[in-house]
Amino acid sequence: MIYWDQEKECMPIEQLRELQLRRLKETVYRVYAFVPAYQKKMDAAGIKPDDIKTLDDLKKLPFTTKQDLRDNYPFGLFAVPMSEVVRIHSSSGTTGKPTVVGYTKKDIDIWAELMARALVSAGATRHSVIQNAYGYGLFTGGLGVHYGAERIGASVIPSSGGNTKRQIMLMQDFGTTILTCTPSYALFMYEVMQEMGVDPADLKLKAGIFGAEPWSENMRREIENNLKIDAYDIYGLSEIIGPGVAVECKYKNGLHIAEDHFIAEIIDPETGEVLPEGEQGELVITAITKEALPIIRYRTRDLTTLDRTPCPCGRTHVRMQKVLGRSDDMVIIRGVNVFPSMVESVLLNIPGVEPHYLLVVDRKGNLDELEVQVEVSEKVFSDEVRKLEELGAHIRRELESALGVSVKVRLVEPKSIERSEGKAKRVIDKRKF
Amino acid sequence: MAKQISVFLENKAGRLAHVTRVLGDAGINIRALSIADTSDFGILRLIVSDPDKAYKVLKEAGFTVSETEVIAVQVPDAPGGLASVLEQMSEENLNIEYLYAFLGTSENDALVIFKVEDIEKARKAFIERGIKFLDETRLYQL
Repeated sequence: MIYWDQEKECMPIEQLRELQLRRLKETVYRVYAFVPAYQKKMDAAGIKPDDIKTLDDLKKLPFTTKQDLRDNYPFGLFAVPMSEVVRIHSSSGTTGKPTVVGYTKKDIDIWAELMARALVSAGATRHSVIQNAYGYGLFTGGLGVHYGAERIGASVIPSSGGNTKRQIMLMQDFGTTILTCTPSYALFMYEVMQEMGVDPADLKLKAGIFGAEPWSENMRREIENNLKIDAYDIYGLSEIIGPGVAVECKYKNGLHIAEDHFIAEIIDPETGEVLPEGEQGELVITAITKEALPIIRYRTRDLTTLDRTPCPCGRTHVRMQKVLGRSDDMVIIRGVNVFPSMVESVLLNIPGVEPHYLLVVDRKGNLDELEVQVEVSEKVFSDEVRKLEELGAHIRRELESALGVSVKVRLVEPKSIERSEGKAKRVIDKRKF
Repeated sequence: MAKQISVFLENKAGRLAHVTRVLGDAGINIRALSIADTSDFGILRLIVSDPDKAYKVLKEAGFTVSETEVIAVQVPDAPGGLASVLEQMSEENLNIEYLYAFLGTSENDALVIFKVEDIEKARKAFIERGIKFLDETRLYQL
């Protein structure tokens, strides 16, 4: 099985554009009529639903941000009465009020279809045994993957996050063929396998579908070599629908965005200008089929590029490159943009160095200082101070040439950097602005 | 020839206490130790009663550990004793990475642990020159 829904996934581009325009117009009418916050914003911008005549008119509409969801907490942006809402998910709210998203029965159905497409794209079939180690609960990862896996008829192990030794036991005993979790958790599982004396080559695991945090090509190689699997990137965010917005096909050359349900734009995060296709900027998504929470021009804060060159897999949907970082995860150090993913890439290119790291940013006097903490593995450890200092200096030089800022490298004990079963924390910013 | 256990330690309160507690709980006796430190980290070097077991328990406790080959040289316990050994090593062009003293003695000689660049070369030179060193089974039991 190559596609889950060939008609939609390989739809000729002209036909796809027509479908998008029709759905966009419907969505704009609906939010204008049923969501006072959208009506207010559109009125303020002097835009009426009738002004949307072509896909190009999308850029006239105001952006929606996470702040809009917070301002309308909890259900203010819903476009249907609560009697139509069958599911509510929410963010953890670590940086303020949580953002709340709702789904109608049809929304859940579309989401399951999208996740079914994503899983099939990564090689899943009804014969697959899918171990879903995304957290179940308010987080969209767990249930999102779960419904898609059931939709294709695979056998789902809803292991959720945590209890890593048990996860590995389940893999061994239930013959898991596909693992779904965050990429950092996949690497952590490998560490635990080593401690338990489990050889990944003895498992039936064939592929992993990893998402919910940005990860680099080097990290992909690390996961693929360690776990002896194919590792695919999946993209999604709860504000749009959850996982399944975009996913890699077997060519692993960008993530196909499900364009029959979403319209993607790339903007300059500073000015909000739409950038030409191919340029790097912030991804903006409009959800054109959502009933409970249609969303217009949502600013994802994720930085990427779009690529519409034909993909050998046959899907016509545009590909977004692996997310480079988040425009709000990015740290600006003495005017230079630094992404955790860049640090990760550098570390993975130094033999023996493991991608467990933490960026600590502080301001001494008027000067920003970036400290990168790197764990010392047995592979690079030496009983001689000189050799460890050389290692630290080597890492520092490599980081400085890649990042373009001066860096202090601190070697730390293994496992002293917090392991995460969900999204890994990569940056601590101690500066007070 | 002897096995030294080397442990990576961050300069944080309680780390050394943790290592020694892990060894103590495993019934392992520390025979000699030295710490090389920088502003950020330290390397703890140990001669213990059972190096293989020490390696295992420390690794299980989550430390970065390695085993290093060192040589335990008997040095006359008298003024000029160490100087004489070092002078002879210098004549043989033996590069010393580091050295530290052992807690016990052997045949009334003091014991000094040497980490040299080329341990095989050092062993041969010591035998030729009659500089005594301990084999590992005797060392761990002292």
